[in-house]
Amino acid sequence: MKTAVITFPASNCDRDARMALEKVTGRPAQMIWHRESEIPSDVDFVVIPGGFSYGDYLRCGAMAARSPIVKDLVEKANKGLPVAGFCNGFQILTETGLLPGALLMNQGLNFVCKPQKLRITNTNTRYTSGYGSTQEVVYPIAHHEGNYYADDATLNKLEKNGRVLFKYVDNPNGSARDIAGICNEAGNVFGMMPHPERAVDPLHGGTDGLNFFKSIIESI
Amino acid sequence: MKAIVQIGLKPGVLDPQGRAIARSLTDLGFEEVTAARQGKVIELDIKGEDAASAEQRVNEMCEKLLANTVIESYSVKIES
Repeated sequence: MKTAVITFPASNCDRDARMALEKVTGRPAQMIWHRESEIPSDVDFVVIPGGFSYGDYLRCGAMAARSPIVKDLVEKANKGLPVAGFCNGFQILTETGLLPGALLMNQGLNFVCKPQKLRITNTNTRYTSGYGSTQEVVYPIAHHEGNYYADDATLNKLEKNGRVLFKYVDNPNGSARDIAGICNEAGNVFGMMPHPERAVDPLHGGTDGLNFFKSIIESI
Repeated sequence: MKAIVQIGLKPGVLDPQGRAIARSLTDLGFEEVTAARQGKVIELDIKGEDAASAEQRVNEMCEKLLANTVIESYSVKIES
């Protein structure tokens, strides 16, 4: 089992992601710098971490989504490589088109930073199977542009096909239909604004994120 | 040549910043303001003389990077 984390200039959750992956797989994750052009072919799972890649210039995630390493990532994701993006990673995944929709500025205009309760809306997926009958989890959130938007047809399709995996309890940012986390049609690409990688140790204040990583790792 | 690219949220996409601006303006006594939408303007300096082909290229730039067409619309003006 080999995992990797892509690091961009101004990524700031890359080491949290590495720690979470190491905790679950027992092996350190490979850190891949944004200037590299290829994800090694033996990597089984890639995390795009949170942060403020490229200073959030133009739009959050816009620059990162056009970087050489992400071009290769998109090709591999389209062939089935599991990829998860948290926070800025989710913004990057929507900017690449791997996930539908976009993240707008929070409806309340404030940066929100707090533990956030989420409802798991589909446990029959590669990213949530380990939660069993657990219905609610708490992951931290910390974002300013986390207001998920997609047109009604896209939202209907996501909900109908079970591609909404997490919804907010008490929507903190105005996201359409309380959507917190979604996957692509094939189920290998997942994105969410909350941070499961920051909920994997009792010192984090909770370990609700562990089963997220266990689920996807066990599915590989 | 110069290309002036104007980018804004599509109609129907909620613009919380625009709403705050409109509210602030009415608070200041500009009660005729009923709504505001905030966007951005990008100015590009462009090599060459052919305005039509420049416009086509800038449209391509908008589709590929400058605008996120899921939420934004754009317009391009070429100035010589």
